[in-house]
Amino acid sequence: MLAFVLRRLFQAALVMLAVGFIAFGLFTYVGDPVNNLLGQDATAEQRRQVAADLGLDRPFPMQYARFLSRAVRGEFGVSYRLGVPVADLLAERLPATLELSCSAMALALLAGVPLGVYAGLHRRGRLARFLMAGSLLGISLPTFLIGILLIFLFSVRLGWFPSFGRGEVVRLGFWSTGLLTQSGLRSLVLPAVTLALFQTTLIGRLVRAQMLEVLRTDYIRFARARGLPDRVVHFRHALRNTLVPVVTVVGLQLGGIVAFAIITETVFQWPGLGLLFLQAVQFVDVPVMSAYLVLVALLFVSINLAVDLLYLAVDPRLRAGASLADRVA
Amino acid sequence: MPSTQSSAESPAPGRAAPPVLDIRDLRVEIPTRRRILVAVDGVSLQVAPGEVLGLVGESGAGKSLTGSAVIGLLEPPGRIAAGEIRLEGRRIDGLSHAEMRRLRGRRIGAVFQDPLTSLNPLFTVGDQLAETMRAHLELSPGEAWRRAAAWLDEVGIHPGAVRAHHHPHQFSGGMRQRIVLALALCAEPRLLVADEPTTALDVSLQAQVVALLRRLCRERGVAVLLITHDMGVVAEICDRVAVMYAGRIVETGPTAQVLRTPLHPYARELLACVPSLAPQPGRLRQIDGAMPRLGEVPAGCAFHPRCPDAMERCRRERPEARPEGERLVACWLLAGPPQGGTP
Amino acid sequence: MGDHRWRRAAARAWDSDLLHDLRRSPAVMTAAALGAAFVAAAILAPWAAPHQVFDPGSVNLLDAATPPAWAEGGQARYPLGTDSQGRDVLSAILFGSRVSLAVGLSATALAMVLGVALGLAAGWAGGRLDAFLMRCADVQLSFPAILVALLVDGLAKSFLPRRVHDEAAFYVVVTAIALANWVGYARTVRASTLVERDKEYVQAARVLGRRPAAIVLQHILPNVLGPVLVIATLGLAGAILTEATLSFLGVGVSPTRPSLGTLIRNGNDFLLSGEWWMTIFPGAALVLLVLCINVLGDWLRDALDPKLR
Repeated sequence: MLAFVLRRLFQAALVMLAVGFIAFGLFTYVGDPVNNLLGQDATAEQRRQVAADLGLDRPFPMQYARFLSRAVRGEFGVSYRLGVPVADLLAERLPATLELSCSAMALALLAGVPLGVYAGLHRRGRLARFLMAGSLLGISLPTFLIGILLIFLFSVRLGWFPSFGRGEVVRLGFWSTGLLTQSGLRSLVLPAVTLALFQTTLIGRLVRAQMLEVLRTDYIRFARARGLPDRVVHFRHALRNTLVPVVTVVGLQLGGIVAFAIITETVFQWPGLGLLFLQAVQFVDVPVMSAYLVLVALLFVSINLAVDLLYLAVDPRLRAGASLADRVA
Repeated sequence: MPSTQSSAESPAPGRAAPPVLDIRDLRVEIPTRRRILVAVDGVSLQVAPGEVLGLVGESGAGKSLTGSAVIGLLEPPGRIAAGEIRLEGRRIDGLSHAEMRRLRGRRIGAVFQDPLTSLNPLFTVGDQLAETMRAHLELSPGEAWRRAAAWLDEVGIHPGAVRAHHHPHQFSGGMRQRIVLALALCAEPRLLVADEPTTALDVSLQAQVVALLRRLCRERGVAVLLITHDMGVVAEICDRVAVMYAGRIVETGPTAQVLRTPLHPYARELLACVPSLAPQPGRLRQIDGAMPRLGEVPAGCAFHPRCPDAMERCRRERPEARPEGERLVACWLLAGPPQGGTP
Repeated sequence: MGDHRWRRAAARAWDSDLLHDLRRSPAVMTAAALGAAFVAAAILAPWAAPHQVFDPGSVNLLDAATPPAWAEGGQARYPLGTDSQGRDVLSAILFGSRVSLAVGLSATALAMVLGVALGLAAGWAGGRLDAFLMRCADVQLSFPAILVALLVDGLAKSFLPRRVHDEAAFYVVVTAIALANWVGYARTVRASTLVERDKEYVQAARVLGRRPAAIVLQHILPNVLGPVLVIATLGLAGAILTEATLSFLGVGVSPTRPSLGTLIRNGNDFLLSGEWWMTIFPGAALVLLVLCINVLGDWLRDALDPKLR
């Protein structure tokens, strides 16, 4: 088991290095690295200093190493577009994106899992078939269109929720939260629902598919053959076996949410990392792009790792590993 | 008991107790997109209390479906179209889902082919045993667990109390099948339906599992419907055997008789095909042709295209099962001249 | 020999449960019909559209922001209204669908070719190549398509000189989406290749001295086409949505050849002021198109799944 964890950590490190490499490439070779670090308004003296610091005349691996050391310290240079250190920008925008993403994920799970379980158990029922048809519609709706439609309905026509922005936020140390104010919460509703809808559909379909597969297995058949009540067969056996692989996929979906947040934040003008990244792409603001890449990679890698560890905790087959001592002939 | 009816009951005199399992004219159909396939066509058999009846035949003959029909777990769209299944005299083929559920485990136990996939990998074996017992018998959790451990010891897994905490992947194949047996018998059923219990095991393990099966059932007086294509197993533990072909039973009788002197041509060919270790030069025997697939069963006797002794009557009329001594055989060759009409 | 097999396969397919299934499901038939109609209309847009909306000469600015024909102020010759520049929304949708489909089909085809080729190579060669490719695939899988597409798009734009951006936009978008989506094909094909590679007829062919490329193309490829087709159908839907998203965000196709996504973006600015038809109709068209493809893909997957037969 320890070997498993170490292997995973090693892989994670590799991925981070690879991503760091791409980010480094972006940073150094697309546009001017001195500009990237100092912004447009530096003096010639500062530029010379930084050029020497960067070791632009040094060999490639050394530049890479320096980039990495700077990255680890959180120095990503200065944004072309806003002239502000990138690290500050990221820190300022992170809470908004995280709050949005987590709310959306929570919503998606709360809605998607029960719906999927129901559709799986009552495969041929009317409601289940209706839900499946609905889910097809759900994956045919692009996130931005959902946002637009919700704005049209609930903001323009009904006026229940605001159509942009985050509302009032409360600062708690370095974190700014919109969850403690009424306007903050109201502003959160539409974007969170938008972001959650696609995920709900995906999770629902996934859970249903997994449930159907589990219900076809021999051990479920044997459980029925032993006369176990339906409730036990469905919720003690089938559900547990279903949720185990679902957990993995859901964990990976969390990464997807961060990406789809880009779209949602754009539609609702939500001041998060996603909007920042999009504006960076439009403007070719390399420092921001490169930093966002590293940050997002870190996020994905951490989530993957966490999911792997979770899997380990839940599936006894992995816990015992391949240790022969446990097997008695 | 009338002994000349086609869907005959066991003709052996002196069996006072009613059969534990009594199947009459069972017909299982599978509707597909185009047409309806008949997988089990008028099967009748009985299993007496404490008896082991072997149901043999090639793959696809309909043996497993018969077993599934008995325990009420026919996979849809398969369904019982006609016939009766009686358990200890009571009809069970038309029961509701809830009533059938109560019977399973408590009155009828079932064992399937693959021990590897029969056990839920996420739960300990003790858990699975205890929950089965608690579903049918009034037991406290502690008592159920104690019994679970006792069962493990009973099937040869020691020490039961320790190993009850282990998960299925921590056991070898042979042990898992023994656990499966324990699970099937722990709620104390009267009948066990064993569907190819040894097929997935190594030969060396087969003997162990077979011996265990026989011992447990003998000790508890559990009747067994043993579905298999392995003649060796049949010879080992079956009291009587029924041979199945293309969804129909062609011969039924005491094992020793059927295996030594099979009367039905198919049974004869089948047993001749079993390779023996006696020094015998020559090729392995095989029967020409293949068993007809579902939906392609010929009219009349299903075996007639491959039968070396087929007559004209075999092509036209389907033979009924007729008693021959202690056996039931469905073959016109043994029927003698028909009452009236031409051969 | 090869021709004979194709004929047999075609005969089997016609008579098969597949088409029987199709005939029996009204929803799927509707989707197929609608999809076909869409494709036809889109292909024929230059001739079928009531107005040549992207020909500057034929657009009348005075007709800008006309509501749909059945609403107050609408005109019959603009059935779905006009946008802020006076362009007929219905015609714009037809032309836009054309672009959306073009991008979607190209991107899917490219992703398929790329993914299948890499999958075959990885499965056949094994060893280091396989390990490397699968590592890449694993890493890429954790990044959602939209992110990859955005990244490729951004990179391309930063490398290409500004004046080429517009013309190259189409190719950049197609490449971006293809690069984001190749992994699904590669994995499936690789798995099938691994299975087939060890089968006896392949080993026999190798012993007989047939060239690996020939073996792969003639024997292994036909066996993987089924799952690939399912992935491609669902992938097409995804590609169209990704393109629409990119265009909506302003980093997709060039505004002079708008796709449905671009139309939605343009109309979005007017949503708040009540001129809803500029956005909602293109949006509905997009959803309808993708829905048809998804229904077909879903059905195809169920129909080809051996377990459900």
